[in-house]
Amino acid sequence: MGVIRRTGMFILQVNPILCDGFGHCAELAPELVHLDEWGYPIISKEPVPMADLGSYESARYAERGCPRQALHVAKVNSPAPVSNVPLNLPRPARAVSRERRPL
Amino acid sequence: MIEPGTLPRLFAGVTNRPLSLEEHERVFQPADNVASLLEELEASGLVGRGGAGFPTTRKVDLLRQQRGHKYVVVNGMEGEPAAHKDNRLLSTNPHLVLDGAEMLAQMIGASRIAICVARDNPTVVNHVERAIHERARRNLRGPGIDLHTPPWRYVAGEESALVHWLDDNESLPQYRPGRPHILRIGRGPVLVDNAETCASVGLIGRYGAQWFRSLGTAEHPGSVIVSITGAVARPSVLEVNLGTRISNILATADADTSPQAVLLGGYGGAWLRGDQINTPYSNESLEQFKLSVGAGIIAVLPREACGIAEAHRVVRWMAHESARQCGPCAFGLPALAEDLLAVVRGGHDGVAALTRLQDRCGIIEGRGACRHPDGVVRFVRSSIEVFAQDIDSHLRGAPCAGARSKQRFLTVPALEHEEDLIWE
Repeated sequence: MGVIRRTGMFILQVNPILCDGFGHCAELAPELVHLDEWGYPIISKEPVPMADLGSYESARYAERGCPRQALHVAKVNSPAPVSNVPLNLPRPARAVSRERRPL
Repeated sequence: MIEPGTLPRLFAGVTNRPLSLEEHERVFQPADNVASLLEELEASGLVGRGGAGFPTTRKVDLLRQQRGHKYVVVNGMEGEPAAHKDNRLLSTNPHLVLDGAEMLAQMIGASRIAICVARDNPTVVNHVERAIHERARRNLRGPGIDLHTPPWRYVAGEESALVHWLDDNESLPQYRPGRPHILRIGRGPVLVDNAETCASVGLIGRYGAQWFRSLGTAEHPGSVIVSITGAVARPSVLEVNLGTRISNILATADADTSPQAVLLGGYGGAWLRGDQINTPYSNESLEQFKLSVGAGIIAVLPREACGIAEAHRVVRWMAHESARQCGPCAFGLPALAEDLLAVVRGGHDGVAALTRLQDRCGIIEGRGACRHPDGVVRFVRSSIEVFAQDIDSHLRGAPCAGARSKQRFLTVPALEHEEDLIWE
């Protein structure tokens, strides 16, 4: 029917701290990810056009299929505004934790 | 008042014990002239002295845009085993560092200052504690100062690891996908600055940018504290004018003045060949060799030493100091150390190891949460390049005399058992 027009680019990002080298991403997104000799993913830092639907689909599969949830498909369609909120959202401040270690 | 264009600045009036608050105010005047701090800091062109060389104003501006309960963290962890500058500064004039931290707190509107010193240096901890008490007795206005003593580890001095420790008692680096990234304690944004940077801010706040720029070069102004180790009569800490020739610094420190190479910027840094030591010591001059002043370390390697054997020792220790959070660092760095050992031993295995080493450098680079693996890769690449002749003779089965002798020049702490490493 209609043409789905996709603009912009995306990058598949891995959080290396969470990643434990299960290697599922290389199976699910072989065109984006290959593994090093220790089984950890090597992902290109070049943005991939969103119009490349096959790559985008497999990036989403890899993101969902990661057992450690270490992957993230980041859209870079425009120069990103400097966000005040980091990706790992800060924990809500609790009165208890402040008492425990005064700073 | 210290005359413009003279040294010492950061070490002015020091004796063999820390300056008390009265002595400190006699040497430097009391810090009152802090009305136009932001403009003065911007005009001074100060870059951070912790290693990355990031402009301090940019950091301050970033933090000023943030809201919430802000913190200033003074990083006196001294991660580099070859460096002694933060310890020396904090145990000779802790008040100058605290002055600078208070000015930074005033600029960004922070309500707390946390000063972090590794608990492995109990004397420094004592000196800083006493300085904080002295200020508390005076009842000086301003934010409260807390002393924190994380365990000493190489990566514990990395800013995200330090903030992680303050936030959650773990000295492990954090994952920061986008930069610039604001580190936080709870919800409060944090400004992390090296102790020497704070001390420089303390001087700029008193005497202004023009005075600060009377030393150093146009792009890299001021003075810097340098730790000199390796082939020296005794390891020393000097305050030098940025732009002094490295050969002159070596001569002042009684070091070997015709070395094989000097290591600049610490164990995550790179080598400068012995025939290039007439280069001025400042970032813009060192840029042509892809080097930087970094954390102010000059490790001198004499001609009789074997560079590649030294590199192996350093890389083995750096691999051991990995926080083991990211696979490429936890597995890659020990692999680099093994390859370097094979190169030192030479023969057929060595030839294969050398090509493998170069491949692995490319694989590991840029894939950790922090810059630790990148630093090691830079060091390994620079070692391969600078000690190419050494490697050649090792691979031909004729190791140099330095490798056969047991004498080693770079200070590398003893390896602890992996289970004995303390991270919290």
